[in-house]
Amino acid sequence: MSGIVKPGYTRALDLKRGHVEMAHGAGGRAMAQLIHQLFLPAFDNEFLRPMNDQACFPGTNGRMVMSTDSHVITPLFFPGGDIGSLSVHGTVNDIAMSGARPCYLAASFILEEGLPLADLKRIVDSMAKAARSAGIPIVTGDTKVVEKGSGDGVFITTTGIGVVPEGIHISAARAQPGDKILVSGTLGDHGIAVMSLRENLTFHTDVESDSAALHDLVARMIAAIPDIHVLRDPTRGGIATALNEIAQQSAVGMLLHESEIPIREPVQAACEFLGLDPLYIANEGKLIAICAPQDAKMLLQAMRTHPLGANAAIIGEVIEDTHGFVQMQTRFGGSRIVDWLSGEQLPRIC
Amino acid sequence: MKYIDEFRTGDVARIIADKIISESDPGRTYHFMEFCGGHTHAIARFGIVDLLPGNIRMIHGPGCPVCVLPIGRVENAIQLAQMPQSILCCYGDVLRIPASNGMSLLKAKAQGADVRMIYSSADAIDIARQNPQHQVVFFAIGFETTTPPTAIAIKQAQQLGLKNFSVFCNHVLTPSAISHILQSPEVRQLGLVAIDGFIGPAHVSVVIGSQPYDYFAEEFQKPVVIAGFEPLDVMQAILMLIRQVNSKRAVVENEFTRAVLPQGNTKAQSLVADVFELRRTFEWRGLGVVPYSALRIKSCYADFDAEQRFQISTPVIADNKACECGAILRGVKQPQDCKIFGSVCTPDNPVGSCMVSSEGACAAHYRYGRFRQHRAAIAVNQ
Repeated sequence: MSGIVKPGYTRALDLKRGHVEMAHGAGGRAMAQLIHQLFLPAFDNEFLRPMNDQACFPGTNGRMVMSTDSHVITPLFFPGGDIGSLSVHGTVNDIAMSGARPCYLAASFILEEGLPLADLKRIVDSMAKAARSAGIPIVTGDTKVVEKGSGDGVFITTTGIGVVPEGIHISAARAQPGDKILVSGTLGDHGIAVMSLRENLTFHTDVESDSAALHDLVARMIAAIPDIHVLRDPTRGGIATALNEIAQQSAVGMLLHESEIPIREPVQAACEFLGLDPLYIANEGKLIAICAPQDAKMLLQAMRTHPLGANAAIIGEVIEDTHGFVQMQTRFGGSRIVDWLSGEQLPRIC
Repeated sequence: MKYIDEFRTGDVARIIADKIISESDPGRTYHFMEFCGGHTHAIARFGIVDLLPGNIRMIHGPGCPVCVLPIGRVENAIQLAQMPQSILCCYGDVLRIPASNGMSLLKAKAQGADVRMIYSSADAIDIARQNPQHQVVFFAIGFETTTPPTAIAIKQAQQLGLKNFSVFCNHVLTPSAISHILQSPEVRQLGLVAIDGFIGPAHVSVVIGSQPYDYFAEEFQKPVVIAGFEPLDVMQAILMLIRQVNSKRAVVENEFTRAVLPQGNTKAQSLVADVFELRRTFEWRGLGVVPYSALRIKSCYADFDAEQRFQISTPVIADNKACECGAILRGVKQPQDCKIFGSVCTPDNPVGSCMVSSEGACAAHYRYGRFRQHRAAIAVNQ
């Protein structure tokens, strides 16, 4: 965290009733106070503690990966998580999808003037908890404040770096005809949990966001099958978008079996009455894996031994298709395309 | 999921499919029009075509409320949204309907207009109450299904004495559209569109009942089977239509008995009759001007009629010349017959309205079924 502690201030930050003010981003005492009383104690680790403008940490041999992700979400708090935990999981998962072990995170906050400090504390604490339980330190960061009306409470950008173990070559361009397609669990939970709280759409559901860090599951998967061809976390746009991206990058088609795709009943129900397709709904703690057919069974078993992969399933296979269509055999006995999402998913009228 | 899975069972689908195959006459082709976009969507989404023999042809009808809205009315809505201090409320897929000059409500929103997607007409009332300084206009569209909720909103606005709420009414009527298709020269004289029977609307029929269709069955000698929107409903309706055609009957049958009564929902009908009256004419995209095919707000509720409050006049704007939506909505052409289908016109950049909603024939074919074209092309080449 940048900023220098200056002696002399006395009144502690009012974390119960206070609000974010423009001064908290102005680089002065108020900002230093925010860092020292809120961010530093929460994130505390040996790399952050020297309080330099950059973090210094030992290098590693091998290939490194880096990924960055901006997190904007309404509402900031939702069943199963909040923007804080989400911002950790999002970047950790992007790193993990290369098979890498995530090592360090950086976090950058854009706060909107007027945000209750109690909310900010809740978010920061949740972020710290998520980082700690993932075993990945937040080693550097930044804070800016924008005027009221110029933000949506808080935006968090996290950046992570990780190291790819020797012999692992996972890429969205490696799907081959014959490969099997697996998912790590039920789809659409995150999107439906968040949607249930949106303005003018409040409906009751017990569904919680699946927001979770997947690197430990990935480690177990590559321990069982080092030659996983593709990993991808189907976040925005859901599994449909992720599979279309992979099909395009690998120049292949895909054939899914609807009856094998795990979807919770309440998610299915919410999608039915909202006129949405669960295959396009966001996930924050699920992954798609593609591997050679002879490895699929063992990979599935490895996934199911991990709590985050308990409901894993083989949902289809990669096929030859010059058009790159993702097709699906419907439970009903017909077939159809699972196309790219066009624009936002909008509910139908009838 | 209860009440859903029962109507999507593959095992039952195969039993009905076997009956369709064994009972249909292989020496003839059956042409059935599914009027509703809801059926079009179900046929595409569940891949029903794969279960039907080649001599059953499904023709997609004009029952997609988004698809039949003429460009002029969308232009009106965009103008309403762009008025200073106004909020335009509309249902989801209305946002994407292309107007002229590449505009749509979604683009107007991006340019600064306050356009809000709502799930219920009651949301529009809430928005009006929360924004007394703004004129809140509800862009009401849809067939008989969405009309009663609009009537309720208008009555509520009157009870609340809301001065800043009005409705831009575009509600249209199913029976007049079906009559218009059956009376069109393409069907009656030229024989360009062979229609052997109709799959009648699901949700619309819940409101209006099955009686309004008796006239078509009788006058035009076309069987009608009212069916639910689930795939097994559609399969069963096709079987019932085949049986009627084979036995040379032409009556209204109700497959959707779990929801549709002969007299419909009389409470909803009286609400609609209280608030709305027939327009002499209304322009439909694809069908042209259809007499007595739409509703307008009665003069006793004129205070809530956006057309009167804002002196709206609707320009007549022709569809893009290359777009075949008109012919597709009349059943004369199929989406893949259109030159710009899938090239210039896609769900991301819809030229015509049939590419907008997933209930539209073009969007349904593009999103769910276009691989069949390529499969057929490969088979021909081999």
